[in-house]
Amino acid sequence: MSLYFLCFILFCVGLYGVLRKRSVVKIIIGIAIMSYSVNLFFVVLGYCKNARSPIDSANQVITSTVDPVPQAIVLTSIIIGLGVMLLLIAIAGKLYSKYGTFDITKMKKLKG
Amino acid sequence: MNISDILPLFIVVPIVSACLILLFGKFLKHSAGFIIFISSGLMIGLSVYARILLSSIPGKMVVAKIVGIAPYLSINMMLDGLSGFMLVIVNTAAFFTAIYSIGYIEKYNDKPKFFSLFSLMVCGLNGVIINGDIFNLFVFLEVASLASYSLVAFGIEAEELEASFKYAIMGSVASSFILLGIAFLYSMTSTLDMSGIASGLANGHYSGLAVLFAAVLFMAGFGLKAAIMPFHAWLPDAHSSAPASISAMLSGVLIKTLGVYTLSRIFFTVLNSGTGYLSVFMFLGAISIVIAGLLALSQMNFKRLLAYSSISQIGYIILGLGLGTPLGIFGGLFHLLNHSVFKPLLFLNAGALDYSAHTKDIEEAKGCGKAMTVTNKTNLIGALSISGIPPFSGFFSKLIIIIACVQARHLGYAFCAVIGSIFTLCALMKVRKIVFLSDAKEKSSAIKDIPWSMKFSMVCLAIMCVLGGLMLLPPMRVFIQDAVNVLLKV
Repeated sequence: MSLYFLCFILFCVGLYGVLRKRSVVKIIIGIAIMSYSVNLFFVVLGYCKNARSPIDSANQVITSTVDPVPQAIVLTSIIIGLGVMLLLIAIAGKLYSKYGTFDITKMKKLKG
Repeated sequence: MNISDILPLFIVVPIVSACLILLFGKFLKHSAGFIIFISSGLMIGLSVYARILLSSIPGKMVVAKIVGIAPYLSINMMLDGLSGFMLVIVNTAAFFTAIYSIGYIEKYNDKPKFFSLFSLMVCGLNGVIINGDIFNLFVFLEVASLASYSLVAFGIEAEELEASFKYAIMGSVASSFILLGIAFLYSMTSTLDMSGIASGLANGHYSGLAVLFAAVLFMAGFGLKAAIMPFHAWLPDAHSSAPASISAMLSGVLIKTLGVYTLSRIFFTVLNSGTGYLSVFMFLGAISIVIAGLLALSQMNFKRLLAYSSISQIGYIILGLGLGTPLGIFGGLFHLLNHSVFKPLLFLNAGALDYSAHTKDIEEAKGCGKAMTVTNKTNLIGALSISGIPPFSGFFSKLIIIIACVQARHLGYAFCAVIGSIFTLCALMKVRKIVFLSDAKEKSSAIKDIPWSMKFSMVCLAIMCVLGGLMLLPPMRVFIQDAVNVLLKV
């Protein structure tokens, strides 16, 4: 049970980073922490004590396996997270070349 | 052709066309526009055909299993009244904005990349609509969001990058919330199929607190995507900075598909919503209507004004859905249909003004609209329709929502809906007075004529605005009524 709470605390750490930090890079790191904590939560959900990986093989008696669905989900989710991360970093690089700073309080051409 | 063979095409056709555009767009000059025209035309035909076929099927619901190893391991695609309704709306809006873009995008220099991303966005939207599996819904939601983040930044100017970064950060946070909510539902029911989760939650004995927590996560995540009032901060920036045809897609269908459709699907059919959730819907909807309407009044940038007005109109849809009565849900979905016609029209007008007069600011464009006959006339129709003037489509949907509020004894919410409509009328009339009716300050000869493709889209959408009220007549009414029946579970 405590593992679930630790995942949730990690999620909140990421959310804090996104909400409170001013640097574009730190915000992106916050996003990364959030998505990793959700992935970790999925893996922990599928975990089962003294169980083996769910791969079928000959001449073996399999008593219990971990749940394979969360592992498949996490693989997909990591790839999606990678795509979002690449786009964010590319935009951050372009932003730096336009504004000359990573501070989001100095980027305020849009308001109203 | 069997209906379960058609369903995968809604995802396959846009992906294939996106690849073809990237392959041929560089070498053949007009191939990008040609391919997007063919594929979006095909999609609109297929969606209407699938919706007509659906009427003849008993139960009005189709489930197609793709690559099935075992029943619980296959990828489910599902078409019912609500998905059919949304498919037709999304593909119609995509068709007209794609035609508009063929002329409009001459401003920017990389046509193939634009149309390729556009196609991917349509693929994501269609995928969200027809998936019966909650994790695949998340995957396609991310496909559509990623494409829209990069399309908002398409001009690579400082403002566009800033808006896109803000949108991408908010969108990623929303996605994390949604994925966490999916994890909670999976831990309780051990399935990802939406109907399986619904029956699991109905039969099993779970602590109400865990379901409530998942519901709050979904409310925050999908609320951010739909830009309901406390979660709206990204929308005015993103929608006013994107190219005009993308603003039309974002405001017209993207926030509705990723936000409103998913919210109603999860809360009405998966979580078996009680009155508690629905009163939250109504409250947020009423706040959005009034405050976003007020904020729209003070804007001097045409596209920013329209973006605030979008938040206000989303409020009407959420208010109608939140009433939970058959008439309220009917009004909400009918307003969703109408809004996906007149809001793209108004954004395309703003784009045409930008194309001819090179400005989005209302004061700078003073009098420029007078010489542009097509833009001027279609803008009049769009403005009257969105503010709910009788013969046009917006009037009927707003009237139904207000009547439903009064019937459900929510007089305060009915009052909010009336006030919001007046604010919208004031905001749009301010634009018409300054841009389209007053005399030009100086040289009106500098105004460039717009290409035929832009005129064609605007005229078609304006005709649909005028005829929108006909959807209430009995033979057409089934189209909306089937979607309502899905949400009411009758």
